[in-house]
Amino acid sequence: MSENRIAVAKTYKLYIGGAFPRSESGRSYPVVDAKGAFLANAAQGSRKDARDAVAAARKAFPGWSGATAYNRGQVLFRVAEVLEGRREQFIAEVAACEGVAAKKAQSLVDAAIDRWVWYAGWTDKVATVLGASNPVAGPYFSFSVPEPTGVVAVLAPQQSSLLGLISVVAPVIATGNTAVVVTSQDRPLPAVTLAEVLATSDLPGGVVNVLTGRTAEIAPWLASHADVNAVDLTGAPESTRADLERAAAGTVKRVLRARPAEDFTREPDLARLRAFVEMKTVWHPIGV
Amino acid sequence: MWEYAPAPESRDIANLKPNYRMFIDGQFVEGAGEPLKTVNPGTEEVLAEVSTAAPADVDRAVKAARRAYDRVWGRMPGSERAKYIFRIARLIQERSRELAVLESLDNGKPIKESRDVDVPTAAAHFFYHAGWADKLAYAGHGPDPRPLGVAGQVIPWNFPLLMAAWKIAPALATGNTVVLKPAETTPLTALVLAEIIQQADLPPGVVNILAGAGDVGAAVVSHPDVDKVAFTGSTEVGKIIQRQLAGTGRRLSLELGGKAANIVFDDAPLDQAVEGIVNGIFFNQGHVCCAGSRLLVQESVAEELMEKLRVRVSTLRVGDPLDKNTDVGAINSREQLTRIQELVESGDAEGAERWTSACPLPDKGFYFAPTVFSNVSQAMRIAREEIFGPVLSVLTFRTPDEAVAKANNTPYGLSAGIWTEKGSRILWAAQKMRAGVVWANTFNRFDPTAPFGGYQESGFGREGGRTGLEAYLDV
Amino acid sequence: MAVPSTSPSLPPALADAVRDDASLRRFLHGLPGVDQVGVEQRAAGLGTRSIKKAAKMWAIDTAIGMVDLTTLEGADTRGKVRSLAAKARRPDPDHPDVPQVAAICVYPDMVATAVEELQGTGIDIASVATAFPSGRSSLKVKLEDTAYAVDAGATEIDMVIDRGAFLSGRYGQVFDEIVQVKHACGDAHLKVILETGELATYDNVRRASWLGLLAGGDFIKTSTGKVSPAATLPVTHVMLQAVRDWHTQTGELRGVKPAGGIRTTKDAIKYLVAVHEVAGPEWLTPTLFRFGASTLLNDLLMQRRTQLAGHYSGPDYVTVD
Repeated sequence: MSENRIAVAKTYKLYIGGAFPRSESGRSYPVVDAKGAFLANAAQGSRKDARDAVAAARKAFPGWSGATAYNRGQVLFRVAEVLEGRREQFIAEVAACEGVAAKKAQSLVDAAIDRWVWYAGWTDKVATVLGASNPVAGPYFSFSVPEPTGVVAVLAPQQSSLLGLISVVAPVIATGNTAVVVTSQDRPLPAVTLAEVLATSDLPGGVVNVLTGRTAEIAPWLASHADVNAVDLTGAPESTRADLERAAAGTVKRVLRARPAEDFTREPDLARLRAFVEMKTVWHPIGV
Repeated sequence: MWEYAPAPESRDIANLKPNYRMFIDGQFVEGAGEPLKTVNPGTEEVLAEVSTAAPADVDRAVKAARRAYDRVWGRMPGSERAKYIFRIARLIQERSRELAVLESLDNGKPIKESRDVDVPTAAAHFFYHAGWADKLAYAGHGPDPRPLGVAGQVIPWNFPLLMAAWKIAPALATGNTVVLKPAETTPLTALVLAEIIQQADLPPGVVNILAGAGDVGAAVVSHPDVDKVAFTGSTEVGKIIQRQLAGTGRRLSLELGGKAANIVFDDAPLDQAVEGIVNGIFFNQGHVCCAGSRLLVQESVAEELMEKLRVRVSTLRVGDPLDKNTDVGAINSREQLTRIQELVESGDAEGAERWTSACPLPDKGFYFAPTVFSNVSQAMRIAREEIFGPVLSVLTFRTPDEAVAKANNTPYGLSAGIWTEKGSRILWAAQKMRAGVVWANTFNRFDPTAPFGGYQESGFGREGGRTGLEAYLDV
Repeated sequence: MAVPSTSPSLPPALADAVRDDASLRRFLHGLPGVDQVGVEQRAAGLGTRSIKKAAKMWAIDTAIGMVDLTTLEGADTRGKVRSLAAKARRPDPDHPDVPQVAAICVYPDMVATAVEELQGTGIDIASVATAFPSGRSSLKVKLEDTAYAVDAGATEIDMVIDRGAFLSGRYGQVFDEIVQVKHACGDAHLKVILETGELATYDNVRRASWLGLLAGGDFIKTSTGKVSPAATLPVTHVMLQAVRDWHTQTGELRGVKPAGGIRTTKDAIKYLVAVHEVAGPEWLTPTLFRFGASTLLNDLLMQRRTQLAGHYSGPDYVTVD
């Protein structure tokens, strides 16, 4: 093969309901590397794309939330396997968009894959750790189980294009929610590649939907969408956060606020798993 | 025929005083707000005058809470906090009869409920949380979970003392200090609880109790030095608070309205289902956010069940809240009565079939006879809006899937009921319900060990159980 | 299966239930279940009714009039039965306005004595029969036992069902026995004792209640008094629901008799409240509700005196018979 072979350039598209459409708006925007060099055009998602993504996530919710925790775990482990196979591609993309050296990019990608594995293992343990049987003062059996909140709009971190992304998406779907993810605005390419991984690793279409584009443009539509149950504001531009929270209040959404300068290389705790579950308490009498 | 003679609890037991003052920094003080008159909804007579908070009083209370948090309570070992909270629990038990009578006077709920439910459950909440105070390391939030600071809490009028307990007990156990505002129409038992807190010798400022209307509540929740807001009340106000706190970083938990479905399958234990339906909607005059206000009955038993239900509802005794034989007491306020009447009229107008118990009602006071609407469809207001009164809307279904679909077809998601003798169907339906509390073959059970709270527009955060601690910890 | 005397008037659904063994089983197992916690909670809740003043006085007098004054001892003698009959006629000698009891309840060999003592008083003479209390004998003996009591003048027969047959699912056998005993009763009223303490579950109590009603029992009765637990409030609730539902379906009024363990006025009033609010006010009559009791009567009399005098009474002020 020739050293000078011309590579096939990839078209980076949205990921909605298991398909890879262009933005319905027909818009795209250039994505550049840390030095300003052109990498690719990304689809510039619109409010209608967001609407379609929410519809896809809602449609996928009964199946995904109704799957056994073991099954969700299997699917998520499968995702990790496919991630591992694409490791080199992710390293290249992370290096390019985050402007880090190959070695640093490698450690970020490895951490991201390991993070995914960590959350994959949680699917069938969350209920044990967060749930309870409640020793009520009466002849009843009462138990509480965490259940998925529903459709979660995730504003992925702006800086950490893969590790951050995975750190916010994996816990949402591990607990059985479905997600509409708005990627890092300027570093969206690893997210689109992640979408390709998801599309080829047993994850049902619609469980994760990926929108690239202007966060500040798309986020308000998600925050106010009545069929969205929760929003993760991690990647929301600071100036928009209060407005997004206000919009979320319209239907009493669960809001995970942005933490100042969250370091995704640190070991995670249960906070993100806990953020998007509803504790359901069930009572039944005990008698003959 | 047999008429039960009146068996009223004596109102003297309530030790009613002509004036009640607010509790700030360990002292009972006059607020600078316009005093309010609290009314006995059972008779419409004024019970007492209560001083209310002006904005400066709110500020004073928050400052006292902050001082108490910084200097005493936030640093106190959990084992010491626990003993204070145990004291409160014991004092509530010791003064239980007084509290029960006072609650029924101020709120209008039947004495048998304040005596057998509200007051003992309030004491139980303090007992339960007292035990947590020195065991927070085992709550699943790491070895030393920290409190948030000052909690601003606003509670409704339907369970005045019990809601105060639900709010104050976990806040204190986790090391927070409190500024609590009870509802305008029911401030008295919270202010007696303040006396109890004084008798328990809690350090000044750990618990502060203000009185007043919505403006005082708004001042509490929007106070910049409040770290955590806990609100129980309407979804409408909950949304306002969530908007107010947007961007502030202050923590929030909300326990809001509901429109619970109570689903009766054809194989239900029918007589107990009837009891559960009655308890679900007529307990506390239906002033319950988790009330089973939408009855969904499988068509094959609908007629039989409705007949039994009407017979049973006809036996409910509506009247003097202090009478030990009263099953349904007074509507809490004229305003609420008007709202119930308005919604019931909408049910008539939209074509539902109204049946009202023929029970006699007292001449004075705010009363509403138990009412059951049949032939209700999901589109009617009485099927969608929270009535918060003794009014049941009955819908029918043919298949389990249809029941679940109708039950979940609401922006609310606080509670649900399931009646069937088939175990697998119970678990199936419980799993499908988008509601925070599911009662199967029972209804309206509450316990401090069992987390309580809603999905969707019924709010977020839980109260009770290990999960409930989360709302007051910095995690 | 035997044909109950009531069957011609039964509505089709119920007539169908007694067609054969299999239909009877299907019917009984098709009855709605009873949730233990729910029914006990309801019973406890109603038990908190506070009955005062005139309502209490009315309840005491009503309860006295519903008492089946009972002696069912191996040591019973004619003398014992005579003094019981005297008590039945005039429960409180100081207060002639106290109503008579509904009946006295004795073993078959004591019926004749009771008849002599109560002639013309309107007080019923109930006799246990059918190899009371265990019911463990042949049908022939049970029928003869019944006939013996009826011939001696019993106006009411308190029979026991064959709990062994019931628990092993031989509902048809239990049904047939009741039908035949009812036939042997002639004009005497039949009370069917379920012995709920041996039936173990409320579901069984409900099934046995319906079985007793379908077979033509005029009353269903909780217990012999020889098995613990005897009558309980929740069991009585379930039985009251059965007669209420029977009335809804057939228009007929049948009675309920809790027996055993009801010793105080406070207890008796709780039962009356249950009758009032579970079955309905029309059941508040001795023709539809009885108490099988012995010591209860004296407590009712003491409480009655307390109500009248305004101070507490003592056991020496009522007669011990």
